[in-house]
Amino acid sequence: QTGTLSGKVVDETGLPLPGASVQIKSLNKSTSTDLTGNYRITGLSNGSVTLSISFVGYSTLEQVVAVQGNTTANINLKPDAQKLNEVVVIGYGTAQKKDLTGSITTVGSKDFQKGTITTPEQLIQGKIAGVNVTSNGGAPGAGSVIRIRGGASLNASNDPLIVVDGVPLSGNGPGNVANPLTLINPNDIETFTVLKDANATAIYGSRASNGVVLITTKKGGSGAPVINFSTNNSIGTIAKKVSVLSADQIRAYVNANGTAVQKGYLGSSNTDWQDEIYQNAFSTDNSLSISGAFHGVPYRVSGGYLDQQGLLITDRLKRATGSISLSPTFFDKHLKVDLNLKGALTDSHFANNGAVGSAIQFDPTQSVTATNAFGNYFEWMQGALPNPNAPRNPVALVRLQDNNGNAARSIGNIRFDYSFHFLPELHANLNLGYDVSKGYGQVRVPQYAAQSYSTQGSYTQSLATTSDKISEFYLNYAKNVESIDSRFDVTAGYGYYDNGKTDFFTPSYRATGQLQVQPTFPNNTLRNKLLSYYGRFIYTLSNKYILSGTMRADASSKFSEENRWGYFPSVGLTWRVIGENFLKDSKVLSDLKLRLSYGQTGNKDGIGDYDYIAKYYASSTTGQYQIGNQFYNYYAPAAYDPDLKWESTTTYNAGIDYGFLQGRIYGAIDAYYKKTKDLLSTINIPVGTNFNNLLTTNVGNMEVKGAEGSINFQAIKSADVNWDFGFNVAYNKRKVTNLTLNPDPGSKVGAGNITGGTGITLKYNAVNQIPGSFFVYKQVYDGNGKPLEGVYEDLNNDGVINTSDQYFYKAPDPNFTFGFNSSFNYKKWTLSTVLRANIGNYVYDNVSSNFGTRANLMSSAGLINNAGVDFLNTNFQNSQFLSDYYIKNASFLKMDNVGIGYDAGKIFRNKATTLRITGNVQNVFVISKYKGIDPELTSGIDNTLYPRPRTYTLGLNVGF
Amino acid sequence: CKKSDLTLTPTNDVTADIVYANPTGYKNSLVKLYATFGLTSPTGSDASDIGGLDPGFADFLRLFWTSQELTTDEAICAWGDTGIPELDQSTWSVDNQFLRGLYSKSILQITLANEFLRESTPEKLASRNITGADATAIAKYRAEARFLRAFQYWVLLDGFGNPPFVTENDLIGKTAPKQITRSALFTYVESELKAIETELPAVKTNEYGRADQGADWALLARLYLNAQVYTGTAKYTEAITYASKVINGGYALKANYADLFNLDNTVNNNETILTINFDGSKGTNFGGTTFLINAAISGDMNPTSFGVPNGGWLGNRTRQNLPALFPDPNGTQDKRGIFFGTKATVDAIGTFTDGLAVTKFKNVTAAGVAAPSLNGTFSSLDFPLFRLAEQYLIYGEAVARGGAGGSAAQALTYVNALRTRAYGNANGNLTAAALTTDFYLNERGRELYWEGHRRTDLVRFGKFTDGSYLWPFKGGTKAGAAIPAYRNLYPIPAADMIANPNLVQNTGY
Repeated sequence: QTGTLSGKVVDETGLPLPGASVQIKSLNKSTSTDLTGNYRITGLSNGSVTLSISFVGYSTLEQVVAVQGNTTANINLKPDAQKLNEVVVIGYGTAQKKDLTGSITTVGSKDFQKGTITTPEQLIQGKIAGVNVTSNGGAPGAGSVIRIRGGASLNASNDPLIVVDGVPLSGNGPGNVANPLTLINPNDIETFTVLKDANATAIYGSRASNGVVLITTKKGGSGAPVINFSTNNSIGTIAKKVSVLSADQIRAYVNANGTAVQKGYLGSSNTDWQDEIYQNAFSTDNSLSISGAFHGVPYRVSGGYLDQQGLLITDRLKRATGSISLSPTFFDKHLKVDLNLKGALTDSHFANNGAVGSAIQFDPTQSVTATNAFGNYFEWMQGALPNPNAPRNPVALVRLQDNNGNAARSIGNIRFDYSFHFLPELHANLNLGYDVSKGYGQVRVPQYAAQSYSTQGSYTQSLATTSDKISEFYLNYAKNVESIDSRFDVTAGYGYYDNGKTDFFTPSYRATGQLQVQPTFPNNTLRNKLLSYYGRFIYTLSNKYILSGTMRADASSKFSEENRWGYFPSVGLTWRVIGENFLKDSKVLSDLKLRLSYGQTGNKDGIGDYDYIAKYYASSTTGQYQIGNQFYNYYAPAAYDPDLKWESTTTYNAGIDYGFLQGRIYGAIDAYYKKTKDLLSTINIPVGTNFNNLLTTNVGNMEVKGAEGSINFQAIKSADVNWDFGFNVAYNKRKVTNLTLNPDPGSKVGAGNITGGTGITLKYNAVNQIPGSFFVYKQVYDGNGKPLEGVYEDLNNDGVINTSDQYFYKAPDPNFTFGFNSSFNYKKWTLSTVLRANIGNYVYDNVSSNFGTRANLMSSAGLINNAGVDFLNTNFQNSQFLSDYYIKNASFLKMDNVGIGYDAGKIFRNKATTLRITGNVQNVFVISKYKGIDPELTSGIDNTLYPRPRTYTLGLNVGF
Repeated sequence: CKKSDLTLTPTNDVTADIVYANPTGYKNSLVKLYATFGLTSPTGSDASDIGGLDPGFADFLRLFWTSQELTTDEAICAWGDTGIPELDQSTWSVDNQFLRGLYSKSILQITLANEFLRESTPEKLASRNITGADATAIAKYRAEARFLRAFQYWVLLDGFGNPPFVTENDLIGKTAPKQITRSALFTYVESELKAIETELPAVKTNEYGRADQGADWALLARLYLNAQVYTGTAKYTEAITYASKVINGGYALKANYADLFNLDNTVNNNETILTINFDGSKGTNFGGTTFLINAAISGDMNPTSFGVPNGGWLGNRTRQNLPALFPDPNGTQDKRGIFFGTKATVDAIGTFTDGLAVTKFKNVTAAGVAAPSLNGTFSSLDFPLFRLAEQYLIYGEAVARGGAGGSAAQALTYVNALRTRAYGNANGNLTAAALTTDFYLNERGRELYWEGHRRTDLVRFGKFTDGSYLWPFKGGTKAGAAIPAYRNLYPIPAADMIANPNLVQNTGY
């Protein structure tokens, strides 16, 4: 037994492939290639062995080699455009892409969005059909709303489950950070895998109704250390300002229409308040990683440092991240251990976002400064005090508020995978993980600031911690039975999840040190647990017919013992048509797979931890009541529903995976129908039956219909020139079908208010409507198409115009979403772009409805304000908040990203140093009929959005 | 883990057995019933215990006031908030959120009273080892809980007529309550108020802010004055009986009318029978008197002089009808007329300066000292829910309408007592001949405006809907127009009509 097999693995152009996996499965021997693409397997006896060579992005090659002493076998790998053999993570295991039975899409780091990306989910914006990632605005590290196939719930959560390296995130954030996901460095992420249909997600049971996002971070390599340093330096500029009247327009209008007193208020300045509060935002994002193998133990260590300014002056996020990944193996590779540790520290300064709206409204004829007792910022006065009806000086709002937050988070897990010595097909897998965080913040406003003159400034603090623990164990048995041309893959497991969040309450003070509000309790802990059993069975016949089934049983502490358990089954049937004889030799088709699936998933997120318990809660120090000369605290009974249980969604999915021309064209098409019953909806209950007239309970039904498709096309493929396209489209329509115990088509519950008046509900969840549809009056126009103020159609013909004449008109949901990306590669140059479009999404222009009136411009409270330019169209005296005039088509086409990269390759003759230079522009352009600052709003209500910057990034990537 | 580990309990919330473990818990829970009057939630101004209603709107007094004043000649509001324009113009829909809010708030206070009654039965007290004097005191609390429940049923009886009906026998759950007719509800409220008459603390013996026999009689007098409207059968004699009980109960008019509505109303005040209490730092609320004061002024009316330096909401003012009831709108002669502004005529609903501001309520003492306020907006002014002057006018009107047991001469004494205070001398005094039935509607306007009586009064006088009496924008036109008679009652809110299949909508809606 002295034979050695060695050789070199090269790609289609003859360049070495470092890190390729080389295995002799029958002997349980494996290695990977070094930096020069060479491999070496020792201890072989003479005879034939089957060598299996794989590398990400290349077709796995199985090659028979006759070993005779020291043998050399050089290997040529061919790229696999469709990556059918790529191993994809699925819940509790992995599968080859060609064997997947559910609707699953993976995006690897190569295909991520480029540029300055500080929060992970934005890496896949526009990349996956049916997955919408919408950032909450342009603040540093701002979070995003992720919707997979639109979301299946009303009042429970519509957020997908996110699992990082096997640790499911509970969604508990520590606060004092713009977005908890910001605490994961995007540079450490290897792949995103999105599970969409129930066959893929149901193994996550009660958390799976809105899809699952599996994030896998980068792992160690093999051999000598590879050092990678990347730096991205960018400048963000304001892409678009809200169109408001100029100072001269204001002066002209007031001089023409105002009273003598109002004319007297006018100033002589020309201040663009938006220019005063926005800046060019610099940011630098640096990452250093070292990966390799140390004494055979693959490792990767990385550190990152981000310093990002916001467009709004004083906004700043500083973040340090670190991660360690170790993947040792023991007992002749029978035991694989995977250790992942990630940590992040952030230090944020949050600018007062109130300035965004104030800058739109503030009178441009006034100058920024004035001589006064309020920090020498101009303020509208009433006697010696700021006029309480006036907006506050936008610059003062920002400059005179000091809001700092620190957050720390660590996520880690260790996974043991043991392949039994006596039965290697049987694996035992133990996964222990944690996710802990802490956030602290303090806000100070000085005594002299006009924004808090009534409280003489303020000083508040906040502190919260989260602690999630998980433990999972499963057994997996996978066996090929060649005699019946079958493969069995069976998994059964157990999971236990303990999620907790503690808020600590501190007193608030005036800037003078005087106590303002004393909290009732020192802290409050919210905790929930989940106990689960799950199983999966995959049977593959002749590599063509695949039947898979999953089952999960979940018990949640959020429900009473009687309702605690929920059962979530799924089944999927897949036919790899391409494997049939009649297609085997097809020159055109390279893949064809049909998928059918059915499954049930649950949802319980978004409701309270103790909502089923009859309980009393304590009054606060600002909720006392006076009897006699004494102020009393007391307990109040809370509304509750002892019968709360799981919301359950049934999903039917049919899909086709296809590939043509050796995978140069490939993609998938899916159609689905989701039906949710026992919706956790907040509905009107008969008044007098509980301690509130609204209750979150299991009532109602909703359905979601949709279809999505993707196509990827390698238009040009040659040694020097490559041109790839990817295009995806999704159609999705949600509809509420019932909202009451006794079905009634008229039932509706408020789902979103606007800014301006008080308690003006614009959006409703209503039967036969899209959730969150706008409920408005039908505007009447004059002959010139100008809206007539306060004149609406009497839709019910009862002779009076009242709230019974409101009607449902449009919704924020897009009907269609599109994603397009392209990459053009010429020798060392790469040009790439990502575009996205939404069609059929509507936005309520709250900026115009709130500010665009004469009563705002020439306020009767003794001041002048600015108005949005839409005022010139309407000339309304008073706000007409519920006119459908303000509901605008906000379909858009956005270029998210355009970038150019130059891959210098090795820059020194004898060293492995590589260099890559990139230049990127993000948020390049927006094409939309919508005139507001940005048509992309998940809420559908445009109300002083923090502008998303246009960012120019220069990046450098050096490898050693 | 063990499966029992999945039963988790909250950190700070507790069960009923802990709340009611001792007599102090009962006292605090009784206070909670009163607190429902004065707060939008047990956690202050930012939360609402009425689902789907902005916390700023969810205060009982604000909702009650809106239903009683905004739809009448006494008030109009400039805001475009959903539901306000249609109340301004007497065109409210079945979806009106303020009417739904009032209906829900009244029934919430009833539901809370029922819970208290369930937890304070003799059996429950015995099981918690509460005996002797403590048990006796709690029996009095029970009578107060029943009073508060009867008061809210009166609000529903007056405004909505035929509401759903729940008592302590209806447990918390999803079983929809049955509807009660207006006449049956009248009988229920009457019987409850009579049943607790002897169980309540004697007149003028209870703590400030709690109901005693005086409040019970005052509500009975109000109930009987309107019995003709509620049941079709007049009960003016009974109105006189109970108004007299109040009048003879030891109350006296406060010397200065204006001091009933400023911070001096807690000092030497023998006129007010029951208050809703407010506090600008310990019990924050954007409704209540915070609303009455702030909504009636603007930022350029020197809010500091009203004790709300950060306030002024430019909303409510009066239509021209109310100042026209006074000899002059400047309060020169009849000092009850407390108005601000120059233009009495309301030409545009949305223009705050159209119509005189009503500046009767102030968060300062007569000497101008403001109460502490967390934000310079919250008011600490307590609101008189019942006061002696109303009982004088009930007495007089019931006599004028033919009730027995009183006299015109006595009525004149009472009326002139009010007018002497109003004028500061006898110049405004009247003779017996002036005291017609119609006189009382106008005198109630002068004495009780903006205190939540007007709609009830206009309905009783047949002037709320018909064309005999108009005000600007009544019926949606600037000149004013009659509205259908069914609008004498508010609709059962559409949301509850859908949720509760037992309910039948009021005629006309």
